[in-house]
Amino acid sequence: MGSQGDVTVLGTVVSPFALRVRMALYLKGVSYEYLEQNVFDKGELLLASNPVHKKVPVLIHGGKPVCESVAIVQYVDEFWSGAGFASILPADPYDRAVARFWAAYVDDKLVAAVLGILRAATEEERDEKVEAAHAVVAPMEEAFATCSKGKAFFSGGDSVGYLDLALGCHLFWLETLRSMFGVTIIDAGRTPQLAAWAERFLDTKAAKEVTPPTNSVEEYAGKLQAIWAAAASAK
Amino acid sequence: MAAGDDLKLLGAWPSPFVVRVKLALSFKGLSFENVEEDLGNKSELLVSSNPVHKKVPVLLHNGKPICESMVIVQYIDEAFTGTGPSLLSSDPHERAIARFWAAYVDDKLVTSWVQSFRGKTEEDKSEGTKQMFAALQTLEGALRECSKGEGYFGGESVGLVDVSLGGLLSWLNATEEMSGTKIFDPVKTPLLAAWAERFSELDGAKLALPDKDRMVEFIQKRQAQAAAAAAASQK
Repeated sequence: MGSQGDVTVLGTVVSPFALRVRMALYLKGVSYEYLEQNVFDKGELLLASNPVHKKVPVLIHGGKPVCESVAIVQYVDEFWSGAGFASILPADPYDRAVARFWAAYVDDKLVAAVLGILRAATEEERDEKVEAAHAVVAPMEEAFATCSKGKAFFSGGDSVGYLDLALGCHLFWLETLRSMFGVTIIDAGRTPQLAAWAERFLDTKAAKEVTPPTNSVEEYAGKLQAIWAAAASAK
Repeated sequence: MAAGDDLKLLGAWPSPFVVRVKLALSFKGLSFENVEEDLGNKSELLVSSNPVHKKVPVLLHNGKPICESMVIVQYIDEAFTGTGPSLLSSDPHERAIARFWAAYVDDKLVTSWVQSFRGKTEEDKSEGTKQMFAALQTLEGALRECSKGEGYFGGESVGLVDVSLGGLLSWLNATEEMSGTKIFDPVKTPLLAAWAERFSELDGAKLALPDKDRMVEFIQKRQAQAAAAAAASQK
């Protein structure tokens, strides 16, 4: 199943959710047209393709849009499936449920934690937010042990899968927090297995394929901070 | 169901998330042991089965825990493919659309409705109510798109989104009765209003949905408790 009909991705080079989708397509060997979006001045195609949320990423396949990265990644996995295609979600229903659980956890908790660090007004507040982020990441150390079954990735195999993509797509932002504030969220002292996994993940071809250009995440973070500051002073 | 398939649901009858799981089990024709948790005094089993969130619902299948209502619902669909109807289409694009709208119910409808109840100020609450009605309007469009002239988000028969939204029905109906304002307004959202009635009449739904009067009594009691707590804290 699967055909190389026209595939377009609307994303930004810094959005973890867009990176997740692009990595999924890379794993499947699917080529696509990539259209970088300006989320501060949204274009017609984005607004028309995702009228409900007006957000990236959007996958457009054969003219039909698919939105929400969780839905898109599973779509990619299901459409380009069978002989010759890598699997993203595991085959076993229980393993799938575990992967989905942790992916939902990551999206629910980690994004908020990252933004909390970025928004912190004082160093004291930042320290608090970093502690909170460590607490978010902590349970994933055991999750890695359970899911990996002794192998290199959450997928339980030697190549990346659904949960690897779900957490891995956020690593670039974590790297940026390190360069901006000197804070390490996935810390080898606290979560050694996770830290080792993170290094391995960033070294994969899929991750290297989508690594944001140097300074791009930091620039975007700067824009967010400027917007927040303007909003705060406008009150 | 295969011999030796043991299903145990840790739940609390008023929880819409628990109701979702009961709906899925019901529609699939699966029997299970219902364990009613006292959320003020959580059982060992609940806490050890869901250490990350310590919340209901938790489904135990042959002793193995699955957490998060929509993860559980998809698990039920995938682990018991031979039993009862499928909750998801076999078409990848339709599946992606269903996943998109199921996520929307949680992100937009649940969030806004919770705010309308639990908002800290009257302003917060009325903002929640406003957003809730906006979300319902959007879901009206979703139902039109997904049902393709049939009765459910899943088309001819119930699917993932019907279960996701169906879980909320008793709460929404109770809210309707208590506030005197129609939530599924036949003028503003005719398809949804018809859907709500149709869904409630299903045998599977009747088994799973809490009784409306019992729900009203529960909510009133909760509100009285909250008011008493607020008054006590002001002394």
